[in-house]
Amino acid sequence: MVALMPPILVLSGLSKTYAGGHVALDSVDLEIRRGEIFALLGPNGAGKTTLIGAVCGLVRPTGGTITVDGVDAIREPRQVRARIGLVPQELSTDMFEHVAHTVGFSRGLFGKRRDDAVVERVLRSLSLWDKRDAKIMELSGGMKRRVLIAKALAHEPDILFLDEPTAGVDVELRRDMWKLIGALRDSGVTIILTTHYIEEAEEMADRIGVIDKGRIILVEEKQTLLAKLGRTEARFTLAAPMTALPADLADWPLALEDDGGTLRYTITAAETETRGLAALVRRLDALGVDYRTLDARRSSLEDIFVDLVEKGA
Amino acid sequence: MNWTAVRALYMFELARTWRTLFQSILTPVLTTSLYFVVFGSAIGSRMETIGGGSYGAFIIPGLMLLTILSESIANASFGIYLPRFTGTIYELLSAPVGVAETLLGYVGAAATKSVILALIILGTARCFVPFEIVHPFWAAGFLLLIAVSFCLFGFILGLWADGFEKLQVVPLMVVTPLTFLGGTFYSIDMLPEPWRTITLFNPIVYLVSGLRWAFYGTADINIAVSAGLTLAFMAACIVAIAWIFRTGYRLRT
Repeated sequence: MVALMPPILVLSGLSKTYAGGHVALDSVDLEIRRGEIFALLGPNGAGKTTLIGAVCGLVRPTGGTITVDGVDAIREPRQVRARIGLVPQELSTDMFEHVAHTVGFSRGLFGKRRDDAVVERVLRSLSLWDKRDAKIMELSGGMKRRVLIAKALAHEPDILFLDEPTAGVDVELRRDMWKLIGALRDSGVTIILTTHYIEEAEEMADRIGVIDKGRIILVEEKQTLLAKLGRTEARFTLAAPMTALPADLADWPLALEDDGGTLRYTITAAETETRGLAALVRRLDALGVDYRTLDARRSSLEDIFVDLVEKGA
Repeated sequence: MNWTAVRALYMFELARTWRTLFQSILTPVLTTSLYFVVFGSAIGSRMETIGGGSYGAFIIPGLMLLTILSESIANASFGIYLPRFTGTIYELLSAPVGVAETLLGYVGAAATKSVILALIILGTARCFVPFEIVHPFWAAGFLLLIAVSFCLFGFILGLWADGFEKLQVVPLMVVTPLTFLGGTFYSIDMLPEPWRTITLFNPIVYLVSGLRWAFYGTADINIAVSAGLTLAFMAACIVAIAWIFRTGYRLRT
């Protein structure tokens, strides 16, 4: 259903070359669907923050277009910016300000009339209501991050950009953050987040885009990506080392390692139908190949990501 | 025009002033009082009348400007430099506001503060010397014009500066010396040639003279020239800021 609606955000040919000649974005085409969580993955310096900056008005693109619901963000910046919230990567806050006041300020800055009920709702949803009168400088890092999210949500945006939302946040808080982002999506906000924690994208995203050296090298549904590029890998520690693979196993995706002491099996998700691990185990038993341990695992997004970026390099 | 944003920025900046009330208000009052004690009462009482009034009254317009020029520049430049320094400027840049809202908010708040300061200094001065203002409307208008112009100038400085030292350099090294040499404590007619002519190249002379005319009805320079030059300066600052916002200089990468 979601896919049938027109995309909420469309980037086409978006480019940014900095004054020093560094190409941060190299003709990026990207469509963001209404109501999805889109994770933009990429190594440091890949262009994630520049891409967000270009959409939000911090960076002046050198080429291409950005449209939000058909409105050109470069020609009609006010109309577009009023609908977008941005949570920056750095914890930049007005240290001496009070929490509720700074959130109210953000609402006004984005042209929305003062509404204490909205501010209260936002603060409560971020567990900041008890801290509403605290000075920002008195808060912990995780709370400061939530204040930044509250500021970004104060004008009730349709699109929320989160640049590395869990950078420097401990594991427990990170889980809370994920829950929170999930709840935001459920309330209808389209969320675009950047991360280099693959786990984060795997946990939350509906779709994943991989960016490297300013180019989008892949955009895929998370499930499809895992299925298409995910692999199963298994290692059999053999009871007796082999010098060569038996001819009976030639059709199987196997390789010998550790001077013949280990038998390694690697298979893509698509191939597991015919040559699954269970079938292999039965085959080895039938051939009388004895092994002491079996260690199997499915590859994560992390492996996929490393593969993609290395291939691109 | 996003009036809600103007209001938000203006109130935010004024709130910053209230937080730093002590150094914002009391410091200039203290400094001005010291000038009046030293020049107005101690030395001034032994001097002959100048321009038809007492020396203490004569120096009031110049002393007001001495504080207002440097405070306007310092406040407006700090107001915009601070978010650049801490990184909170991201919010302004990502907000649906343009140059007009930004200037009305930041410069409006800084100029408000300057006008409040001017009134406080005037009140302080009244405690030391008796005086009457001949053209009160001109005085108010001219003060407002000067406050806004120098706040705009300070705003440019705050955009240009890449360190706290640079914020201090212009008020301390340029504006204060020029104000001292701009006829604050003397009438430029007292100067021998060629110093009198050289002094006419000091832009502050026109401000001091203009304000003195508004106060006492006599001046070294025609009020039209003073007001005209100040307006031209304000226009130049606005053009410069509009250019900065259009090109994104020091704001958007």
